[in-house]
Amino acid sequence: MRYWEVPFGKEKPKTPIGEIHILKERCKGCGFCVEYCPKDVLEMSDEFNSKGYHPPKIVNEENCVNCGLCEMICPEFSIWCTLKEEVALEN
Amino acid sequence: MQKIPQKIIHNKYLRHRKKFPHVWCPGCSNGIVLGAVIRAVAELEWKRSDITMVSGIGCSSRMPVYVDFNTLHTLHGRAIAFATGVKLFKPELKVIVVTGDGDATAIGGNHFIHAARRNIDLTVILLNNYIYGMTGGQYSPTTPIGDRTTTTPYGNIDPAFDICELALGAGAAFVARTTAYHATEAQTFIKKALVHKGFSLVEIICACPIIYGRMNKKGDAPAMMKSMKENILSIKAYEKLTEEQKEGKIKRGIFREVIKPEYTEEYDKLVKSLQASIGEVDNDRT
Repeated sequence: MRYWEVPFGKEKPKTPIGEIHILKERCKGCGFCVEYCPKDVLEMSDEFNSKGYHPPKIVNEENCVNCGLCEMICPEFSIWCTLKEEVALEN
Repeated sequence: MQKIPQKIIHNKYLRHRKKFPHVWCPGCSNGIVLGAVIRAVAELEWKRSDITMVSGIGCSSRMPVYVDFNTLHTLHGRAIAFATGVKLFKPELKVIVVTGDGDATAIGGNHFIHAARRNIDLTVILLNNYIYGMTGGQYSPTTPIGDRTTTTPYGNIDPAFDICELALGAGAAFVARTTAYHATEAQTFIKKALVHKGFSLVEIICACPIIYGRMNKKGDAPAMMKSMKENILSIKAYEKLTEEQKEGKIKRGIFREVIKPEYTEEYDKLVKSLQASIGEVDNDRT
């Protein structure tokens, strides 16, 4: 009966893939983006910016789904993500 | 410095080149609220010149410095008084007031309750961080009982204000409470408050990890955000709890949304009726 549920000719849902941009000089190292990223894309780095804070670094960029939570939770407006491409789900 | 693309909405409404990075401490929630305000305004597609942002003195009241609207940075506690003047002079402007807890309920308490009583068309965004952060951590009217601050080093004994209850009692038309952790909810509430005709209050509970958090051993900024998530519950979840469980929990959501006669419209009507009556008298004389 499963095929009745799927409308005929409907496209498979696509997963968006995002690209993260970080303004390292504006970051104050609060760690919200690292804490609240649902896909664990970010991690605190050991490098310093010119004010002595540790900005985040991107570790698993392929996991980013362009949800925009980091952009929403960042108090410094120093991180945002843009849509790179949309990929069909693999079953 | 990296270039910020034009399509980022923050770029359109913020004074990016001149004023950033902002003065707030690392982990302060005020930046999240500023982002929520910007996104709410961007969703409504209002012109920058149609909006006036008024603020008093305090950490949260630094907000108009960073936005590219018409802005007024005024005296301590008198933000709502100045905003009332702006609104009465030009009723077509959309006036947003950004105040802190000490600014609105301690020194400007009377302006706050009387603006709510008059039901003048202002949107008050009240950032409640439980402390006077900018002046060094004195206790404010919303500091919970038992908390340590610079002026209460052995624990606070004053019972705290419930700002939403105060506004409900004073007769505000739109009252809502949310937190900085619930950023999308804050955005929708601010959008509803901006559209609502009449006095609308959005209380946003913020974290102050550097002064309040450090004095009361609340942990770092992400830990304070986590505690906000656990202790501030939606109205539905709050009402399911028993009386014992309700201790220490706060409810968030929209508490009132009603349409009432608005002050500037009533004032216009009064002026027009008086002008009409005087006009009749003048006609009689000539």
